[in-house]
Amino acid sequence: MQAVTQATMEFVKQYWAPLVCGVAIVAVLPLIVGYVVLVERKIMADMQARLGPMRVGPHGLLQPIADAVKLLIKEDIIPDEADKLVFWLAPVLSVGAALLAIAGLAIGPAFQIAKGINVGILFVVGVSAMGIFGIVLGGWASNSHYSLIGALRSSAQLVSYETAAGMALVCGLLFAGTLNVTSIVEAQRNQGIWFGLLAPVAFFTYLVASIAETNRAPFDLPEAESELVAGYMTEFSGFRWSLYFLAEYTNMIVVASVATTLFLGGWLRPFPRTHGLVDLIDFLPPLLMVVIGVYCLIRTPKQPARVQQLFMLVVAGLCFALALVLAAPVLATPVLGPFVKPSLAAAVKPFYEGIHGGFWFIFKVSAYIYFFMWLRFTLPRYRFDQLMRLGWHFLIPLSIINVLLIGVAMIVGVYYHLDGWWLLLATIPASIIALIIALFILALEQKSEPRKASAPDSYA
Amino acid sequence: MLDQAIFYLFAGIAVVSAILTVTRRNAVHSAIFLITALLATAGIFLQLRAEFLFIVQIILYVGGIMVLFVFVIMLVNLDVAVRQMQFARQKWVALLISLALAAQVGLMLWSSRKVPGHGVPVLNAVPADKLPPNTEAVAQSLFSSYLLPFEIASVLLLVAMIGAVVMAKKRT
Amino acid sequence: MLPIGHYLFLGLALFIIGAIGVVTRRNVIVILMSIELILNAVNINLVAFSRLYGDVAGQVFALFIIADAAAEAAVGLGIVIAFFRNRETVLEDEMDLLKW
Repeated sequence: MQAVTQATMEFVKQYWAPLVCGVAIVAVLPLIVGYVVLVERKIMADMQARLGPMRVGPHGLLQPIADAVKLLIKEDIIPDEADKLVFWLAPVLSVGAALLAIAGLAIGPAFQIAKGINVGILFVVGVSAMGIFGIVLGGWASNSHYSLIGALRSSAQLVSYETAAGMALVCGLLFAGTLNVTSIVEAQRNQGIWFGLLAPVAFFTYLVASIAETNRAPFDLPEAESELVAGYMTEFSGFRWSLYFLAEYTNMIVVASVATTLFLGGWLRPFPRTHGLVDLIDFLPPLLMVVIGVYCLIRTPKQPARVQQLFMLVVAGLCFALALVLAAPVLATPVLGPFVKPSLAAAVKPFYEGIHGGFWFIFKVSAYIYFFMWLRFTLPRYRFDQLMRLGWHFLIPLSIINVLLIGVAMIVGVYYHLDGWWLLLATIPASIIALIIALFILALEQKSEPRKASAPDSYA
Repeated sequence: MLDQAIFYLFAGIAVVSAILTVTRRNAVHSAIFLITALLATAGIFLQLRAEFLFIVQIILYVGGIMVLFVFVIMLVNLDVAVRQMQFARQKWVALLISLALAAQVGLMLWSSRKVPGHGVPVLNAVPADKLPPNTEAVAQSLFSSYLLPFEIASVLLLVAMIGAVVMAKKRT
Repeated sequence: MLPIGHYLFLGLALFIIGAIGVVTRRNVIVILMSIELILNAVNINLVAFSRLYGDVAGQVFALFIIADAAAEAAVGLGIVIAFFRNRETVLEDEMDLLKW
């Protein structure tokens, strides 16, 4: 007993940081996801020329809290003859897989819960693929035909696009040479170029496949309201449904983070290796915050209520504080170089990279998620057979041919000693040829079977 | 100490899940317990510092093969089957023979427990922090010494894919 | 790493449970699942010895076994589906088409 307690104490002393981070993520992420939902509703409203939730709290900012309270106090209905064990387990599996995948991500050079996993990116992809079980078992446990059909469709879609997404990731990994998340971003810093620019077709494939992976529009037939009520989530009410919801948005964040790490340079700023005049890009984050703060200040007098005016002032103050935090390390080193002691500059440098890295990473993930939301409110839904056709007949051949041709491009690059931006000379033609070949395959297939006007009757 | 705790945890989960897999009446429950058994096996791989195999087990076995199993169970789900006998008529004889096999191997392992390594030549395992990076080592081995089995495995997977599609297609 | 005997006992336990599942259950799908258990037991043994001897060949072999298990599960389940479509049963003692 003594040995067990001593071993536990040693374990906690050695691994206290990941444990605390893990608990913090599980505690805070539902709140973050709630606010992502609010942002989505506001963006939806903006694109539809209206205002969105405005009633609960200033500008609707307490809406997620109201939603959470509503979901928690709803009655928990279990369908008749539903399998209770599996009914309980399914949302837990979904959420567990999504939250576990967050552990493998790296937000900055030092912000990583599970540091130094050898198989970093593969861990995130593999664990988030376990969420498929949450969907399939949820649909089955509901003991309802529509739920089962929705679950089977959704999991078929997920499995189909997982292959394409994996191959697209392999393209990016060809440049990185390692699966370790930190090393991938370091490789992008060494090459001086984001891998999304080096392999644009791979990035495009991963973008489309990740939209399908998270069941977002235009690939959201399995959970479309006009089709199957809510697909596999139909019979889950209250807290169980909020777990599924949490899992879906967490998956969105995970998928955006994987794309950012591998294709968009992770926590690096644009042009990470060149210095000199390009270092002015480092002033963009504080400048952005200052602009937002000034905008809030300008809008303050136009607010109708006193509470809202106060709120705008608070937001402006927060933006300026954030701008100060972002600007301080930047100003400390280059500009005030002669005036600052070297020891202070050396002490500030790691924070410089960490804070700016965090900002750039969150900025890129937000841009990716904004793009998801933009597509949701713009494009109509794909029919299920069209969806499967796109996945199997276009994206998978495209991604496989892309891997082959990017491999050839890399060999050419090694032969001619191209690296960094010069590698674009080899990979851009490869990507274009891959795209042309895949479109050619699609055209050949369309010519051989004329498209039926109505949906075929056996695509369950 | 941590190593031991992790091993006993995952081994316990694996054995209990395996027993539950072969004894559940409902095939979906069996599948769920097989998933936990496979995850526990992946944990054992991780404890043995085989990180690439850990993640391949999760992606392929749990994320691929078990999804296939669950799909097929749902397709052939018969309510009648759940109420019938779950165990074959030969169950007692089969159990006896399996336990005899278990007793043989178990006796062999148990009687050699004092011999270091149970008679197998034992080298001192490399301490964990001096191991080469696992993915790179497996990749190196796979693409140099074992390239032919790798290519044969890919042909095998292609053949299996074609075979499965042909067999599961409806005869229209 | 723990002494090799621990891993051998674990492999034995999983193997025997899988073997009991194969010879005892009637549902063909559960039989296939028990075969997967057997393959996993073999994998544990392989990886344990690979770690003991520092040779990565054990892990490569286990990788091939996993690939092979995937192929076998796909084909096996295809057969089960085809048979189910014909005979409406998944119980192994009702699959007696070749008997007198």
